[in-house]
Amino acid sequence: MNLAAQDIRHNLGRFALTAIGIGLLLMIVLGMSGIYRGMIDDALVVVDGIGADLWVVQRGTRGPFAEISRVPANLEDRVRAVPGVERARSFVSHSVQREHHGQPLRMTVHGLSWPEDKGGWTKLAAGRPLAQAHYEMIADASLGLGLGEQVRLGKDFYTVVGLTKGMVSSGGDGIAFFTVSDALAVQFDASGESIRLERAARFGRALGQDVGQSQPALAERGKGLATGIPALGPPQVSAVTVAVAPGIDPQAVAEVIAAWPDVSVHTRDAQEQLLVRGMIDKARRQIGLFRILLVVISTIIMSLILYTLTLDKIHDIAMLKLMGARNRMIIGLILQQALLLGALGFGIAWLLGGWVFPRFPRRVLITPGDLWTLAVVVILISVLASLVGIWKAARVEPNKVLS
Amino acid sequence: MQRLQASFPAIEVSDLTKVYGSGNTEVVAMRQVNLRVARGEVVALLGPSGAGKSTLLTAMGLINPPTSGRIVIGGVPVQEGPQSLVDLRAFRRHHLGFVFQKANLIPFLSALQNVQVALEINDVPPRKARRRALELLDYLGVADRAGNLPEALSGGQQQRVAVARALGNDPDLILADEPTAALDSYRGRQVMELFAKVAHERGAGVVVVTHDHRALDTFDRTFEMEDGRLRAESGVAA
Repeated sequence: MNLAAQDIRHNLGRFALTAIGIGLLLMIVLGMSGIYRGMIDDALVVVDGIGADLWVVQRGTRGPFAEISRVPANLEDRVRAVPGVERARSFVSHSVQREHHGQPLRMTVHGLSWPEDKGGWTKLAAGRPLAQAHYEMIADASLGLGLGEQVRLGKDFYTVVGLTKGMVSSGGDGIAFFTVSDALAVQFDASGESIRLERAARFGRALGQDVGQSQPALAERGKGLATGIPALGPPQVSAVTVAVAPGIDPQAVAEVIAAWPDVSVHTRDAQEQLLVRGMIDKARRQIGLFRILLVVISTIIMSLILYTLTLDKIHDIAMLKLMGARNRMIIGLILQQALLLGALGFGIAWLLGGWVFPRFPRRVLITPGDLWTLAVVVILISVLASLVGIWKAARVEPNKVLS
Repeated sequence: MQRLQASFPAIEVSDLTKVYGSGNTEVVAMRQVNLRVARGEVVALLGPSGAGKSTLLTAMGLINPPTSGRIVIGGVPVQEGPQSLVDLRAFRRHHLGFVFQKANLIPFLSALQNVQVALEINDVPPRKARRRALELLDYLGVADRAGNLPEALSGGQQQRVAVARALGNDPDLILADEPTAALDSYRGRQVMELFAKVAHERGAGVVVVTHDHRALDTFDRTFEMEDGRLRAESGVAA
């Protein structure tokens, strides 16, 4: 006869509620690891998808996903000239927060090198890639935009032509893909007044220097369009992505480019490591500590519940001992309940998590590995939690029956 | 564990003394008690509260070791002062049965399961244990309540199930501590008669601690305890 099962059947309601409580706790533990996995996956979605072997970024920086990187747009041409390079493309990345239909709209803007890169590699769930050089965008579904919807960014309207799913930045913002020039237009958009003020300031600065005084026509140009002043150059991009030709070692190409004094080069693996170990490392550690904390809390709560369940049965355990029941029977009663509680909690966490997590604002990615790990942790928690109850049961004297 | 020798008395205690505390707080609960209960004999222990009846009973039940004295059950020396001479839990499992004022049935087990568990503790296979448990419940007239939880049974029925459970291991000695205290006189007498039946039919020694003087005629011998001392009231005292 299985005493644990009989006891559970008799106290089904309480046991079920307890299992649900444990399940909810375990669901949070599972969710925490899912959030971490989701963060990694989100962080790598562009690096993995864009198909670049190398990332050429501003000297000494870690690239556009980690910090601000500024390289001249014509770097793309220099890189293309390096032997072994099959393809070099400008890449722009920055975040914006604008108002759309009276609601804040925060997005990570990625600029793709038109016309070579139309965004066909993105995880398109609806619509199409970019089809023209300007005023089109591919938006992630998490931004809440619809196909055909127009979004005003700066002075221009951009039409959503494609919708992706699961393409968010490591910060959790949905990614919107534009052409590089549109992304730069969004980034460097300034009001008419600020442009006029900048032109006046430029003219003033030129007049304050010998070159401006000796060449008044040059100073006058400062009042005009920035694009009319070759010395100012075009706006800078965040990085240049490089794909090497088949059979070429990316490391060899990287070494050549890295020798230039104005840029740094990161391989795809290095970029991934920078993202995982650098950018989201603190979040990883934070989540890791939370998980440990939650596991400890779950163990303590389970211990208390099992202790209470044991206390409720203390008289019965004393009676069993009086009748001569062996320790293994009494330990089995408590341990089986602990394991069943853990197993039910795990099942509830799994099922409930599967329903709840997709509704979270950030992606919660549950991997089979995490599920197995949690299953092992639950077994350990259950055994550990039962020890207090077993300790209490072991100390019960048979004459407790008389009290 | 092997059966005990039928030729020996069910229990024999010699010079049992139990002292609680020490120094100023010392209380002598039992003094130099000698008692011998034969197989098939039903013995009552009477006396006021605090006389030491339960102390003697728990000492004989191997759950409260005496400070000094000797306990021999079925010819096997089991206790010498506070020193255990056998594995007490195993000995209880095989040779002793207990019944208390409260039936102490396990609340999450049915009447049948409460008896069955006692048998399974004694390594009886589950199917056989179930069959034997039903026989015992039938023997005690509560087979029709086999599937009921204790909470659905009357006090008398619970005590009958408790007696059935105590018989599960076919004990050499049954110890009962005020088993009729929670019952009316009719049901109390029924339980006492049950003990007599069990003792006479199964050859077990039965020691019953009771305050109930209404059913003393069901006992073969009665003893009075007072201030930790045992004296004969009727029959032959040790």
